Amino acid sequence: MSSPIIVFDHVRKSYPLYQHMKGGTKHLLFHLPNVWRSIKNSTYEVLKDVSFEVKTGEALGIIGRNGAGKSTILGLIAGVLKPSSGKIVVTGRISPLLELGAGFHPELTGRENIILNGIILGLTKTEIIKKLDEIIEFSELGEFIEQPIRVYSSGMLARLGFSVVAHLNPDILLIDEILAVGDLEFQKKCIDKMIGFKKNRVAIIFVSHSISDIVRICDRVLWIENHTIKILGEPPDVVKSYTS
Amino acid sequence: MNFKIRHYIDLITVLTHKEMKVRYKSTFLGYVWSIAHPLAFAFVFFMAFKVVMRIQMEGYAVFLIAGLFPWQWFSNSINASPTIFLHNSSLIKKVNLPRNALPLATVLQDSIHFLLAIPVIVLFLFIYHKSPSFSWLYGIPLLLCIQLLMTYGLCLMIASINLFVRDLERLAGIGINLLFYFTPIIYPETMIPARYKTLVLFVNPLSSLMVSWRNLFLDGSLPVLLVFVSFIYSLFILIVGYAIYTKLSWKFAEVL
Repeated sequence: MSSPIIVFDHVRKSYPLYQHMKGGTKHLLFHLPNVWRSIKNSTYEVLKDVSFEVKTGEALGIIGRNGAGKSTILGLIAGVLKPSSGKIVVTGRISPLLELGAGFHPELTGRENIILNGIILGLTKTEIIKKLDEIIEFSELGEFIEQPIRVYSSGMLARLGFSVVAHLNPDILLIDEILAVGDLEFQKKCIDKMIGFKKNRVAIIFVSHSISDIVRICDRVLWIENHTIKILGEPPDVVKSYTS
Repeated sequence: MNFKIRHYIDLITVLTHKEMKVRYKSTFLGYVWSIAHPLAFAFVFFMAFKVVMRIQMEGYAVFLIAGLFPWQWFSNSINASPTIFLHNSSLIKKVNLPRNALPLATVLQDSIHFLLAIPVIVLFLFIYHKSPSFSWLYGIPLLLCIQLLMTYGLCLMIASINLFVRDLERLAGIGINLLFYFTPIIYPETMIPARYKTLVLFVNPLSSLMVSWRNLFLDGSLPVLLVFVSFIYSLFILIVGYAIYTKLSWKFAEVL
């Protein structure tokens, strides 16, 4: 198999607890020494000692309870967060599948949002214009594409979002729990597209609570518990111990 | 052209375009609203100072207009700045895009509205038997650049810090109000008592710029000293703003 496209090497991520800011400027000024101390000391560990690798064309599922640190891993891969210690190497174009409607503007039409979103996600205008028709066709939104997306249902938003991301030609696809809202037919279409991506050597990181989707798509599964890796292995084995 | 630069330009264009479109969507009068506000202001000050308090000045109305439009640009951008990153939290948390493009789009959008309002200034000049001068051809782009740098720097600073200390939102609102009256916009700089003249004109970074705009619009002159001072201020503010942004930006996704 080819070289790894994502490498996590003993990654630790802790957040400072920004509670001291709750009191605002007044609090800050009057209790400066205390506040300073609390800034230095109060941190919250989200991930500790996480190491794994993902190769091109591999699909890695991430499971775990709410707040276990799954989204933090995605944030670290996407490069919007920096690790507190350890090393992360990510090579290639990343395309994150946003939460519903993020990066979209409700007043713009579906078509305008495709262009906006495409450019935000890293394409140039010429690239996205070239793919526009294909994206619209894939979304199956029909004449709704000319409507402002505030009239869309959440399922339609998911269609639009996935359609843009599916046409970005990424090297790495990050998917955070979004397929749940689309109808069955579209969910199937998304899964087919993801399997198509895998064939084209795209690495997929798939966070989901849907065990069946994880088993269907992923080559390996990472189970995060207590802020660290509990098991990393073949989907059937991990899922078995996760659900038991 | 380098892919990164081209993408950045496209990003700025599409974001600015979005803001332009969204601003007056579902309104009947659209563009009129961007000039209605400063015009209403001008009317209020005209009533208060010319009609009631009888300020001794020729063409006070056009004098007000020439100062209020550039001010409007500045204050619109600054008022919007605290929430620029806040309202785009989902983007900041999920996508690794150059975040400094967001405030830049806001400032550019307001600058375009300002440019679109210049015909109104021209109209008032004609009413007062004046006319645009040739010096506008280089004066407007020059002052535009200076104000762009200054406003962008300040926006970056406020937008970044406000993520950590939300009080800034309120503070910016009050600050803008105070700054307005300490800037020679509704009064000429010649009326400032000698004691405070240096203070108002050179310590307030906005004064030199606003007076330059007004001079340019009213009689086509560009006071070299004032333009130079405002340029230095704009560079300074941009550098400080950008430094603060750079220092804080990697924490944005953590606090949102």
